[in-house]
Amino acid sequence: MDVRNIENQFTEFKSQLSALEKKTPEDKLSMVVFSGDLDKIIAAFVIATGAVAMGLDAVMFFTFWGTPVLRNAKKNVGGKDTFGKMFGAMLPKGMGQVKLSKMNMGGMGTAMMKSLMKKKNVASLEEFLAMAEDLGVRIFICEMSMDLMGFKREEMIDYKNLTFCGVAKFLEEAANSKVQLFI
Amino acid sequence: MSDDIKVDKVFDLKGLPCPMPVVKVSKGIKEVEIGQVIEAQSTDPGSLTDIPAWARTSGNEILKTEQDDDVIKFYIKRNT
Repeated sequence: MDVRNIENQFTEFKSQLSALEKKTPEDKLSMVVFSGDLDKIIAAFVIATGAVAMGLDAVMFFTFWGTPVLRNAKKNVGGKDTFGKMFGAMLPKGMGQVKLSKMNMGGMGTAMMKSLMKKKNVASLEEFLAMAEDLGVRIFICEMSMDLMGFKREEMIDYKNLTFCGVAKFLEEAANSKVQLFI
Repeated sequence: MSDDIKVDKVFDLKGLPCPMPVVKVSKGIKEVEIGQVIEAQSTDPGSLTDIPAWARTSGNEILKTEQDDDVIKFYIKRNT
């Protein structure tokens, strides 16, 4: 076998290796947060912040009922159409208005759960969000859900790693993640 | 504190539930040099499985685990 043959084989090996590298999933967790319920959002944040502790990058893609949870309660924007106003009024405005998916009992269950969480030192949603920001968890918000429900970018939370995007951006992240979840 | 292990930094995580023990330990271990040891004190029973899982994943080493009453003490050597 002459030297050139070995060189060719080496070049081929290198290009195969880099192709393989591109296909290898990264140490990353990608999560769709579809729900807008207190219990499910807490689970999502526990997993996302835990993932960073475990050495994974974490991406949360908020879509549909998850979207209004990321509204900032203090921000108000005008210029909405009738449906936008309706969705705006009926859906939770920020994390403070999120309810349990079960045993809400007209708000009593949610209030009880919140006081229980406080007693047991479980972080509140607001604390989880601050922790996620501190840990570098990236948050994506689905543009289509925003548009559908009439939410504007100006009324969403202030967050360091916030991106407004579509499904392709999420799938790009999910496709090279070791863990993918739908909550 | 354990007799035979020299601890460089202690983290009081008592009363903190999931996911705080692993979040705090993963951040806290970076506050010491490689080769140094931290002591993490937890009252979360889940941390008995969580901290070892974190250690295996992150490549750090649990030198010793002690449990008296409700407090679990982990002696963790920073390897990475």
